[in-house]
Amino acid sequence: MKLDSKIPSGPLAERWKHYRSTVPLVSPANKRKLEVIVVGTGLAGASAAASLAELGYKVKTFCFQDSPRRAHSIAAQGGINAAKNYQNDGDSVYRLFYETIKGGDYRAREANVHRLAEVSASIIDQCVAQGVPFARDYGGMLDNRSFGGTQVSRTFYARGQTGQQLLLGAYSALNRQISKNQVQSFTRHEMVELVMVDGKARGIIAKNLVTGELERHSAHAVVLASGGYGNVFYLSTNAMGSNVTAAWKAHRHGALFGNPCFTQIHPTCLPQAGEYQSKLTLMSESLRNDGRVWVPSHAEDAQAIREGRLKASDLGEDRRDYYLERKYPAFGNLVPRDVASRAAKEVCDAGHGVAPTGLAVFLDFEDAIRRLGRSTISARYGNLFEMYEKITGDNPYETPMKIYPAVHYTMGGLWVDYELMTTIPGLYAIGEANFSDHGANRLGASALMQGLADGYFVLPYTMGAYLSNEIRHAAPSIDHPSFAQAELRALELQNKLLAIQGKRSAESFHRALGKIMWEYCGMARSAEGLRHALGLLESLHQEFWSDLLVPGALNSYNPELDKAHRVADFIELGRLMVWDALTREESCGGHFRVEHQTPEGEAMRHDENFAFVSAWEYHGPNADPVMHSEALNFEEVHLTQRSYK
Amino acid sequence: MALTGLFLVLFLVVHLAGNLQLLAGDGGRSFNEYSHFMSHSLLIQTVSKLNFAFIILHVIYSLWLTRQASAARPQGYEGKPALQTATWSSRNMGILGTVILLFLIVHLKGFWYELKFGSAPSITYPGSAEPLHDAYEVVKAAYSQSWYAGFYILSMIFLGFHLHHGFQSAFHTLGLSNYRYKPLIRTVGTVFAVLVPLLFALIPAVMHLQSLGY
Amino acid sequence: MENQSLRLKLRVWRQASAQAKGNFETYELAAVPVHASFLEMMDLLNEQLIREGKEPVAFDHDCREGICGMCSMYINGRAHGPQRGTTTCQLHMRHFHDGETITVEPFRAAAFPILKDLAVNRSAFDRIQQAGGFVTVNTGNAPDGNAVPISKIDADEAFMSAACIGCGACVAACKNASAMLFVSAKVSQYALLPQGQPEHRDRVLSMVEAMDLEGFGHCTNTGACEAECPKGISVENISRLNRSYLIAQLSGGGTSTGTNTE
Repeated sequence: MKLDSKIPSGPLAERWKHYRSTVPLVSPANKRKLEVIVVGTGLAGASAAASLAELGYKVKTFCFQDSPRRAHSIAAQGGINAAKNYQNDGDSVYRLFYETIKGGDYRAREANVHRLAEVSASIIDQCVAQGVPFARDYGGMLDNRSFGGTQVSRTFYARGQTGQQLLLGAYSALNRQISKNQVQSFTRHEMVELVMVDGKARGIIAKNLVTGELERHSAHAVVLASGGYGNVFYLSTNAMGSNVTAAWKAHRHGALFGNPCFTQIHPTCLPQAGEYQSKLTLMSESLRNDGRVWVPSHAEDAQAIREGRLKASDLGEDRRDYYLERKYPAFGNLVPRDVASRAAKEVCDAGHGVAPTGLAVFLDFEDAIRRLGRSTISARYGNLFEMYEKITGDNPYETPMKIYPAVHYTMGGLWVDYELMTTIPGLYAIGEANFSDHGANRLGASALMQGLADGYFVLPYTMGAYLSNEIRHAAPSIDHPSFAQAELRALELQNKLLAIQGKRSAESFHRALGKIMWEYCGMARSAEGLRHALGLLESLHQEFWSDLLVPGALNSYNPELDKAHRVADFIELGRLMVWDALTREESCGGHFRVEHQTPEGEAMRHDENFAFVSAWEYHGPNADPVMHSEALNFEEVHLTQRSYK
Repeated sequence: MALTGLFLVLFLVVHLAGNLQLLAGDGGRSFNEYSHFMSHSLLIQTVSKLNFAFIILHVIYSLWLTRQASAARPQGYEGKPALQTATWSSRNMGILGTVILLFLIVHLKGFWYELKFGSAPSITYPGSAEPLHDAYEVVKAAYSQSWYAGFYILSMIFLGFHLHHGFQSAFHTLGLSNYRYKPLIRTVGTVFAVLVPLLFALIPAVMHLQSLGY
Repeated sequence: MENQSLRLKLRVWRQASAQAKGNFETYELAAVPVHASFLEMMDLLNEQLIREGKEPVAFDHDCREGICGMCSMYINGRAHGPQRGTTTCQLHMRHFHDGETITVEPFRAAAFPILKDLAVNRSAFDRIQQAGGFVTVNTGNAPDGNAVPISKIDADEAFMSAACIGCGACVAACKNASAMLFVSAKVSQYALLPQGQPEHRDRVLSMVEAMDLEGFGHCTNTGACEAECPKGISVENISRLNRSYLIAQLSGGGTSTGTNTE
């Protein structure tokens, strides 16, 4: 298969401008006749649905939550980047573009990333106009902070709830279109099948999660804004319902899956407290600005702490290992996310972990409190400390926090071209659901930017290129045989899941899957481990389809059935991730292969062989997937190896 | 609720000012003269009609609110909280109001009806042209009964709780409360809710004690 | 302390569907870790029920970090349980004691019909927002974000109102099942910002009208909503809404023919 990324030619900075001026338009009279389905109502989905509806398209939105407002974008804390240069500190579109490419370890498309940086400023304007209450300074101007180790302050924020406020902004725009009947909103609905007619995406089968009924919905184009797949690890900072099912159905129909192994692991999350744990909670990265990360120097001390015989405060400076400061003197506790995460894993693997599970390191504010005073620390991190105490019962003013890395974001996703269309005509993927502009590693405060860029400012233009050719066709009737076939497939799958009547809950399989993925396809991956994981996943797959127990009935409110369906897709996805990780014989960004590291233990890229996007083709649950690749050509930036020593 | 309530609050103040003359210690003359004036002034009589109307409106509206509330939650909760989050009075305005309404009926029967349609004695003060109803005597007779005085005092406690929530709630409903004025409204409301019923209750208490010869 | 666990008796409201008649069922859990969250305790219950061949308890939940507003239980007579400023997902079992009986009910309001067990339908909130909870601005026609300065005080206060997660605890806790805190928080956010001004009166009137149509009760200012709100939304918003509503009504309605009539 030849991958056509449709990147426009010409100077990098002019491409998007030129594209916008030349992309075919659809007349207002025709827009009224064109229907678009948007699956997912997070930042990308809600902003796209609202913007498309404003243009005049007829839109249907689908979300599995009880309201579009609850999509998991709502949980993003830190902020949103934009190249506004309000702070006069030398920021520019080029700088944001360059840092995003570099931060992604040179595995993203230049043209896409430049476009992202270009539209970033408009996002802020749009959100302000919607009434998003961004933080402001005393003069009434928008406030910015520096985020994730950047040297400029370009991050806009609304306390620690930026994602929530941005999503509520997009949700309000969506509501306005719903009130005008431009958008029809379907809540508690999950897309369970893609409908293809004559090789084009023409609709979906959605399951009404309350009644259990399958519904047919047709359209001229389908947009997947269904988020990332971090829940393949079971424990992640994703919401419980976040799933890959919509994207996976598309993949099974021929949409290639890009860079599936690129996952981001966030270093400052609350560690797992026990087997019962259902999710991990992120603590803002800003804590590393003042907190010092350490573990006991001696494994015996660590064991004593784990068993409750010693407390952190019992250990003097000489018995502590501030390993980040020791290994990375230049950046210390502020090394990038992937480096900090891997270092934590190393010390814990060596037996120095401090939680009962052995999987946690200390994040200590003792020095900061001594240096700055308790009130300053409280002003900076008070709400985070409270949240920590609420969850763990420990007071971080008195005893160091325990943290551990957790899966946070997936850079991989459905492969899309410059127009955000997947390899299936008429099927688009936006936001975290696509393989996105973050390459192998995403910078802090860039996820919100990308989701809204796709939804507000990119997709509404690029869809014209496809839809202008669709004006001659009415949306297919839902009585078309393709709909009947798709519905039957969905129904058969559900019946199959219900019929197994084994002994284990979907949850227990999900946990088992998570353990395999975390162990072998997590922070550090090896060819041996990955091959082993393939075997484990194979048996898990078999066990799932022979020993699953789904209680309840088909046509009813049955969350267990929905969960089982999601887990089935996650297991298949897990296999693909391992394949991708095995194939990418280099270390880059969030993907660290132990065979490919510098003598100092740092990630080593192999640009000569791997400067490409892997795009995988599905060939059935038991057949090997086939990899295609899109070469990445760097015209503007010069590839360098990262160093934080 | 707020508008009728606030009018009734105003009425309470006027009523209290007049009633306190019962304790003037002049054998009831100033009270009787005041009472005569009140029952013969066209303005006061109009306001009094209005007052009745407001009481009825206040009651009707509260009944409607209660119905709305039970329609809005047809099935209640079984779980009982260890700690209530709203004040007792705010949760029991209906009960408090019902007791106050009962009190009003007894009160009107005992005094207003008695003076208007009953056989209240008359008294002629030196220097005045016509005999006046001896309202003071009626009140004195009533408060000499301990159950009557006790009922009055008890009802005033209920009134206090009713006012404690009602006063500030009225300001809230009218949109007159905000971060700056809320503490002031709350303080004034509390003082009002304590002081006014207390002074009202003082009258039966003192007069009952007087009847016992103290 | 790490290994402490609790024996618990749970009285849980079970109701097969919106139409079905519900009742309390009692379950016993032998060992609930004290560090588990309330929802993780419910997960344990469901695992146990599945093992026993019974149907698990349906309840709403998603982010489990206190921000999505999906979880909605009424625990021991309190919306989101006994902890102040906490959603059910952030409530941890260390706040309960060994041997305790916990009563778990759905949020109860006519406007929040029960779907199944503890899951209720809160779409009424969406419909209220659709009636006017937005600024009329199309994508692309926004002026520069700094074109209109907004005082920090106003921006911060607007944020505090905007922090509402739409969970419905205010309705659940209110003895009248009133939605005033929710509506007033949204109205206040826009009322405090210059962007919200042009449609302010329209918005107030149409959102209040939509709220009344949904069958919520009336506000009697008990303040239970504020006390139970996991995000600490202030009842001052209600006073602001009342003020705006009176002014909008006295001034003869909105500034245009209505936001909802295009």
